[in-house]
Formats: sequence, structure tokens, C-alpha cells
Amino acid sequence: MKIALSGIGSRHPAAKPDSVPAIRNVSVAIKEGEQIAVIGASGSGKTTLLHVIACALKPSAGHLNLGERDPWSLSTRELQALRGRLFLAPQTPPLPPRQRVVTAVLAGRLPQKSFIASVKSLFYPSDIPGAEMALARFDIAEKLFDRVDRLSGGERQRVGLARALASNASLFLVDEPLSALDPTRSKQAISSLTEAARERGATLVCTLHQVETALTSFPRIIGMKDGAVAFDLPATQVTREMLHALYANKLDELNAPMPMSDELAQPAAPAVMHCR
Amino acid sequence: MTSKTPSAANETYRLPKRLFDARCKACWFVFGLLCLTVASFATLDLQLGKIFSADSAARMGKFLLELTSPTADPAFLRKLWVATFETFAMSLVGTAIAATLGLLLALPASKTHDADPARGRGVTRLLLNALRSIPELMWAALLLISAGLGPFAGTLALGLHTAGVLGRLFAEAIENAPQNAAFALRARGVSEGRVFLYATLPQVLPQLMSYTLYRWENNIRAAAVLGVVGGGGLGQMLSFHMGLFQMPETSSILIAMMLLVALVDVASYGARRVMQR
Amino acid sequence: MTPTSMTNSPGGGMTLATRRDPAWMGRVFWFLAAIVIAWPMLVATEFKPWVLFEPSSLKPTLKFLGDFVPPKLEPGFLTMVAKETWRTVAIATAGIAIAFLIAVPLAIISIRVLSVSALTGRMNLLPASVRYAARTIAILLRSVPELIWALVFVRVVGLGPTAGVLAIALTYGGMLGKVYAEILESGEPHATTSLLRNGSGRLQAFFYGLLPQNSAELTSYTVYRWECAIRSSAVLGFVGAGGLGQQMDTSMKMFAGAEVATMLLVFIALVWIADYASAWLRKALA
Repeated sequence: MKIALSGIGSRHPAAKPDSVPAIRNVSVAIKEGEQIAVIGASGSGKTTLLHVIACALKPSAGHLNLGERDPWSLSTRELQALRGRLFLAPQTPPLPPRQRVVTAVLAGRLPQKSFIASVKSLFYPSDIPGAEMALARFDIAEKLFDRVDRLSGGERQRVGLARALASNASLFLVDEPLSALDPTRSKQAISSLTEAARERGATLVCTLHQVETALTSFPRIIGMKDGAVAFDLPATQVTREMLHALYANKLDELNAPMPMSDELAQPAAPAVMHCR
Repeated sequence: MTSKTPSAANETYRLPKRLFDARCKACWFVFGLLCLTVASFATLDLQLGKIFSADSAARMGKFLLELTSPTADPAFLRKLWVATFETFAMSLVGTAIAATLGLLLALPASKTHDADPARGRGVTRLLLNALRSIPELMWAALLLISAGLGPFAGTLALGLHTAGVLGRLFAEAIENAPQNAAFALRARGVSEGRVFLYATLPQVLPQLMSYTLYRWENNIRAAAVLGVVGGGGLGQMLSFHMGLFQMPETSSILIAMMLLVALVDVASYGARRVMQR
Repeated sequence: MTPTSMTNSPGGGMTLATRRDPAWMGRVFWFLAAIVIAWPMLVATEFKPWVLFEPSSLKPTLKFLGDFVPPKLEPGFLTMVAKETWRTVAIATAGIAIAFLIAVPLAIISIRVLSVSALTGRMNLLPASVRYAARTIAILLRSVPELIWALVFVRVVGLGPTAGVLAIALTYGGMLGKVYAEILESGEPHATTSLLRNGSGRLQAFFYGLLPQNSAELTSYTVYRWECAIRSSAVLGFVGAGGLGQQMDTSMKMFAGAEVATMLLVFIALVWIADYASAWLRKALA
């Protein structure tokens, strides 16, 4: 899917209208099937950029085109269909703790399924081989029928990536896919991801903290700083000085990526009192 | 007032906080509560003296003594067993109805995400509150007209009141559920119903089950007494035999009630333990 | 979409040992078990929803419900309802007051933290058995529903609010006693035990150590119980303990829908007011 952003600005939905936007004046054109890494210090607007492209956040300025169409001028129905062709993978894998891995992976196919088929798949998983194949790409096929809360943080992250592969999306927007993985696993995961995207001709936009991985695995790099594009270059042309400028004041992040917490989100139980 | 000469025995800031402060809301409330209590005793015309009189103490003692001599007549025990099972079934079916109805009402009563218009929220919450504020026994008395005497009225009564209680708790659980799983599906244009089934429900299900089990423990106690107004089960037997002053039978019924309540408590505790795994 | 068609190997180049869902048989088993269990339950409760829609029961229901609008608003009737509502509140309040008097000694006696002999090893036999007895009394009082106490007292002291007050007092006395003891024991016992170690009496240790630590929680639980007692006292009216419940029972027996509607509305309003008041106070205390 082709993407074109021109002069995009956006702020968090909870932010006041006169606050500083999270991203501003971002203009990027991405060709179909291209693979791009977005790098930058934390708070530089990488995640917001992904959310804007995923149509999860309406830009407050500028123009967004996905596959030659402006998503925000479409009817609700067309917009939902378009969203079904995108895949946004948040940094914390969005997996309910007590769901089984197979169900969580197959949830990536929900946009293309009817309501009845979705309900049926809850009772008997509709495509076990498909889910298993997606998991095998990240080397965790044996966890197919385990519960998500029995997995480690790294395993959960790989399940989240497997869900992306199991979906039929033509644009992958992946936020920090390696934050809970060790270096070996990281290398394997990112090569599985890029390979799978290449096979199906899907566009891949990936934010990364691991600058080295980004430079070696992606042909094109976008550097973000303070909500704006600092550079947009082929990986071979990114120099050490550019990186230092990008991570100015936050050099520790350049060398050591932020660790991710291993905690699963648990709902807070409201206090209950009963009369007996 | 605020002169700095240290003439007072205690400097003002060293005095303990006054017990009653006119601006302290809780103090006024407690004061109101005290007035309420005094007024209650004053207006109620309680014959507490009567209860502590020798005559009534003797009657009470005789009564309690008779209550500790249960009957073990086989024919009666068979009837008692049927009524006990009926009570148990009422509590179970009533809770099941309540959980289903509560969940159905909790969906429109909860605002699941920021952009959710939740149009039916106010009306559904009003309905839930109304269901909740009328006790089971009142529901049973009301339902006698349409469901007739017997366990069905009692079961429905339990179901309706508990649906109100559970519906509100369920709605709160759904609103407080972590958003990231639902957000990921919503961002892909998945419809709300399926977002609930695939993201929200698996997260809140343990909580919903534990609320339901708590209410089941509650409902077994309610089911035991619903029969007093004609809702079937042990309560109906109790009010019948007590009305005829048949104390041994009454005593057996009370024992059956306590055993049943204890049994359900144990079962519910066990079920909650299993679910935590 | 049968399970067996799932076991084919995937069409792609990979050869994976594909599996059936291991949870499937379990799910089928529990589904069937649920039906087998539910069936006798539905039979025992005479669960026949269609009965509600038979003309013989639908007609009186509709007539009764039709009577609800408009609710009866005659001044004389309203005064009576107001009086009975106050009675309901008064029964609950008086009941809770007596329950409080029962609960406090029960709780203080049954708290282990206040044991002097337990400071140096095991508790002595006599205090241990006294504590155990206090606990048992609280549990016994609580395990009998207030409605049954009311049935008993109606027979001993006759119809009227006295039976209601006593019923609430006994059941709630047991509940409050048990929960008070639980609250007081749940906190950090350090302050209390050090007072006892320094030679203060049990009551002194209670008032200076335990009570200040837990007073907010104790108050909020008591107020919450008061709210519960209001519902109870309305229900107790149905067995002749006076108040709104008794009037409602009479009106229902006469199929006076308009009167029932008024009283239901008043009762709902009363419960909401109690609910808000107690929620507000709990928030103010927190």
C-alpha cells in the first residue's frame, strides 16, 4: 500500500488544542512494498506517527493518503474496510492474559471474517495450521495452545508479531517489536518480519530503538526528533554524526535501548460490598 | 486574636484540634446520625421492657429450647430434602439468569472507549439501579401475580434483583478493563461486538465469574427465606410449620438451611480457587 | 468446518505437524455436563417462562401494572406513606444502634491482638476459649437470616416494630462483631502490642493503639451496614414487623397497583438517598 503524508501535524487525543503537537509538519512518501525503520529518542513522536498512518489518530493538520485515498474523507464503512487492511502492532503486545495463543494469533484475521465465523472460531479455532505457521516463523510454534499469561515477555512479543503475519494486511505498522527480546532473538524476529513482508509485497513501517538493527535490516531510515523528521535517507547514507545529533541529550538511549516491563496489564478490581 | 505575646497557657497552635468543627462535613454527618438514632428510639414505641420481662424471657427460652430438638421423621425428611434441593436449584438458576441478564445490560451500560457515544448508558444504568434497589423478597411478592405461588416466582425474583447488582459490577469491570487489546482490534476496524468477545471479555471474565460466585453465596441465603412470601423452597415450609408452632419440624428446616448455606459457601470457595489458577 | 478437516497440512512449503485443538474434548464434555446439571435444576424450579404469557396470568399482571400509572398521590395516603417510611428508617437505625452495642464487646473480646498471655508465646487456655466462644456467638447470630429472627420475635413479642428492631439487632450484631474483629486484626499490630508490653491495660491498648488505626474503616463499614439495614427493615415488614414493607404487603394483597407504585417509588428513592449518603461519607472519611 502506498502512503503519502504531507505537512501532517497531530497531538494526543487527550491533549489541549493549544498544546505543542506530538508531531508537526511531517511529509513522507512511501512506495508500495517498501520497508522503513523510524528511529529517534523516546518522545520524538514515532508512535504518534504510526497511529496517524494507522488511522487511529486523526491528524490536526496536513494531508494523509493511503493507497491514493484520503481515509478521513471516506464513509465509516469504507474507512473500517481500509483499517482492516492495515496492521498496527503496539509496543506492549495487546494480548488478553487468559486468551490462548492460537486465539490471540487468529484475532489478526478478524477484519476479514464474518461475525458468525468469529464466534465459531472462539469455540474451535478456525485455522490452526495458519496460526502455527505464523508462530513457527518466530520459533514458538510449540506454544500454540498455551495461555498468554503463561508466556514470558519476549514470547508474548513474538506472539504479537505472529499475529501480524497471520493477518492479511498489506501495510504493517510495528511499534518497537524488539523491546523485550534478546539480541539473537531480535535478529531472527526482524528478519522473519521483513522476509514475510517482502513475500506478500506488503509495506512495512517499523519504529526501532535498536539503531544498529535498523541500519542493517532496513534499506531506508527516517530519523525523528521533537516531532519532526530530522532526516529521511537510505541506510547507507546515515552517518554517526547524524545519529549523535538525533539522540542529543539522550545518548544513553542510543547505546542501550530502554527495557520493557514484563508486566501484563491487569484490570483493577473495584471494591465490592454485599449486604450479607 | 493573633497577637504574639505568649500570655496563654497553651499557644493556640499547640491546642489539640477541636473535636467538633463546624466546617467538618463528617462531623455534621455523625451528629445527624446521632440525632437520627435518638429520634428513632423516641418514635418507635419499642416494648423492650416487655422482652426482658420474666414472662417473655420464659417464652423465649421455651421457644429456643424447642428449636434445638429437631425431628427425624423419615416422611418429613423426604419432604425436607425436596425443598432443600428446590432452594438450591432456585439459587443456581436465579444466579445464572442474573449473570446472563446482567451481562446483556452491562454492555449498553458501559462506555468502553473515549470515542464511544454510549447513548443507552444513562437509561440502562437507571434500569439497573431500579432492579437493584428493590430487594429479592419484594420482587418475589410482586411476581406472585404473574408467576403464581411457587419456586418460579422466587427464581425470577432472585434473577431480577441480582441482575441489577451484577449488571452494575459488570459494567464497572468492563469500563475499567485495560484498553490496549481492544484498541489494537478497533484500530483494524473490527466491530464492537467482536472487540468485546476477543479483547474485553477474556480480560474481565475471571472478575465477572468471581462476582457471580459471590452473589451465588448471597442468593442461597436469600433463596432460603424467599418462600416466606410464597416463593417456594425451604422458606415456604418454614413459614408453614412455624405458623402452626410445629417446633421440631421448624428446627429441622433451620438446620437444613444452615447446612445448605455452608455447602454453597464451600462450593463457591472451591470454584474461585480453581479459577484463580 | 469439521475438526477433522483442520488436520490437513498447510498448503505452503513448510511441513509442520499440525494439531487438533486439545481443549476441544474438554469443552464438549463441560457443555454436555452443564446441560445434564441444568435440566433437573430447571425442573425443580418449575422454570416455565411461558406461564408468564398465558392469558390467565398475563391479564391480572397487565391490570395490576396498568394501575401503576398514575401512582396514588392523595394527601392522606401520602402522609401515611411518609409515616411508614420514617418507621422503616427508624427500625433500621434503632436496630443498627443495638447491633453496635452487641458487636463492640463481641469484637473486643475476640481480638487476639489484645491478648496479654499471647505476648509471651501461646495464649492461655481460658482466654483462648473465651475468645473462641465470642467468635462462635457472632457467627451463630449472623448465620440466621434476619427474616427468620423476625418470624421468631413476631411470635414472642407480637406484630410490630419491636420484632423488626430485634431481628436486625441480632443478625447485624453478629455481622458487625465478626467484621469489626476482622478489620481490627488485619492491621499492623505493632502499636498495640508495644502498648501491652509496656504494661497498659487491654482497653487502654484498644483505645490508644487499635482504634485510631482503624476508625475510618470501622465507621465506613458501619454506615454501609446501616444502608443494608434499611433494605432489610423494609423486607421485614412483609412478615409483620411494621413499616413500608407491611403496607406494601397489604396493598399487594388487595391488588392496589397505584398504592404499590407510590410505595415502590418512595422505597427506591429512600434506598438511593441512603446509598448516596453512605457513599459520600465513605469518601469524606477516606
